[in-house]
Amino acid sequence: MRRAFWIAAALVAVGVPLLHPNSYVLDVIAKAYITAIAVYGLNVILGYTGLLNLGHAAFFAIGAYGVALLEKNAGWPFWPALLAGCLGSVVLGFFVGIISLRTRGNYFAIFTAAIGVMISIVLTNADKITGGNVGIVAIPPPPNIGPVSFADDIPKYYLVLAILVFAVAVCALVRNSLVGRTFVAIADNEDLARATGVDVPRTKLVAFMLSTFLAGLAGGVYAAYVGFLGPDQSGLDVTFQQLLFLVVGGIGTISGPLLGTLLLEGVSQWLQGVQQYRFIIFGPLLVVLVIFFPHGIAGGLARLQRRIAPRGPTPSARTANAPEAAAS
Amino acid sequence: MLEVRGLRVRYGTSSPALDGVDLTVAPGECVTLLGANGSGKSSLFSALSGLLRFDGDVRFEGDDVGKLRPAAIVARGIAQCPEGRKLFPELSVEKNLRLGAYVGRRDRRGTDEALERVCTLFPDVRDKLRAPAGALSGGQQQMVAIGRALMARPKLLLLDEPSLGLAPRMVQAMLDAVAAINRAGTMVLLAEQNAYAALSIAHRGYVLANGKVVLEGSASTLQQNELVKKAFIGA
Repeated sequence: MRRAFWIAAALVAVGVPLLHPNSYVLDVIAKAYITAIAVYGLNVILGYTGLLNLGHAAFFAIGAYGVALLEKNAGWPFWPALLAGCLGSVVLGFFVGIISLRTRGNYFAIFTAAIGVMISIVLTNADKITGGNVGIVAIPPPPNIGPVSFADDIPKYYLVLAILVFAVAVCALVRNSLVGRTFVAIADNEDLARATGVDVPRTKLVAFMLSTFLAGLAGGVYAAYVGFLGPDQSGLDVTFQQLLFLVVGGIGTISGPLLGTLLLEGVSQWLQGVQQYRFIIFGPLLVVLVIFFPHGIAGGLARLQRRIAPRGPTPSARTANAPEAAAS
Repeated sequence: MLEVRGLRVRYGTSSPALDGVDLTVAPGECVTLLGANGSGKSSLFSALSGLLRFDGDVRFEGDDVGKLRPAAIVARGIAQCPEGRKLFPELSVEKNLRLGAYVGRRDRRGTDEALERVCTLFPDVRDKLRAPAGALSGGQQQMVAIGRALMARPKLLLLDEPSLGLAPRMVQAMLDAVAAINRAGTMVLLAEQNAYAALSIAHRGYVLANGKVVLEGSASTLQQNELVKKAFIGA
């Protein structure tokens, strides 16, 4: 079932540009993929490890500005710039993590929110470097690979898709590794994990850095894909939007970040005709989703699958939301 | 050998949870800690596991382990099975057990052997390896909790109320397993409210009250002690 889901998803993702090569549609889907990469990062720290990082968008912005500045000002090619952007995000994540991970629960969320706001203010006010509110424009796209030009819609779409596949693969590998299990153990019961011998501070830091790596990766790809950048990408509202995608898709699942992002971005596009009223429809829709799918879409589908074909012992309500149990 | 001298634990400004506790566990011994709720048994285990700050001296095999982090204490050979059958319910039974071997994770063969030993000790666990830990019965959860502590291949096992909330038949099975673990050479420090059962498998025991050791002696001596009989055995 899980394999069938991913095969179907891959076929649809690969087939879209061939069946419906519409620039606007491809652009919307590719941007949703980029957002999904960032949401996967949020899933690592919140879904797996149970830590709410409200400064997540700031790490996205660090990756984005890193790529934009290195490409435009230093003349770096895209790929080394992307690597450096990710590295910048991870290094900042390391230092923020060392301090913030000494706190727990709400305090961690507040601390990271404050860091996010601080980074956003710096990006806005350091206008000689970042362009301030105007931002950075004309960021070059990735260089051609042979005859393939990433200035064209379809190759650009496939490039973003490939990077999304990389991000999903990293998350799936980590989730099924011993390191991933220590993340889940910490989310379940931090004191018990500590008593079991897990090096909790180090493990949390690893999760935080992986999360910021994925945020930085998404940011770097976004900068080169869109071609312009402003400080609004680092705001708290962006983090909350990513959080919403994760909650709707299914926290802690492998498929949830992708499903939630695609669904909500799709609904958001669909409601663009009623631009100023769309949140009147969007809000209740979200409430209904949360009521009927409290474990997100991926968690809900997993429960449905178990009801249709019950196998083995009945999982508890908590395990129904388990990443490893989800149809992900 | 575990040697604890003058161990004190205080939560905030309240009266101390442990007030100068002295105890020892010699190689090959099973030692029981008896005491009512709130007597300080769980605080003592948390302190020995590095989860609580304390004053006093804790030595294990001659080394000062009092200031070590929990992971380092597990690496030295002291593993705890906490009260309340605490598991990671989101993980399968096997993943719970393998997490217990986290400190020795590079020794894959040793981990597989430890898993095999746990499954031999608790045959019910072998059948449930792929099940979510949260879906097991109380007795099975306790087996997994003890098994997870054993996965660290400890020299000293700290067992906090392993019989709590279990059916009488399951209590006996659990204590038989603890006795078997001890016979295999692992030192055991067993906190129990079920004094009769605990003293039946222990070599020695301590009685804790209000954070202090008020009585100590061999298991047979304690079984005959009037205070123990009155307070814990109900005779």
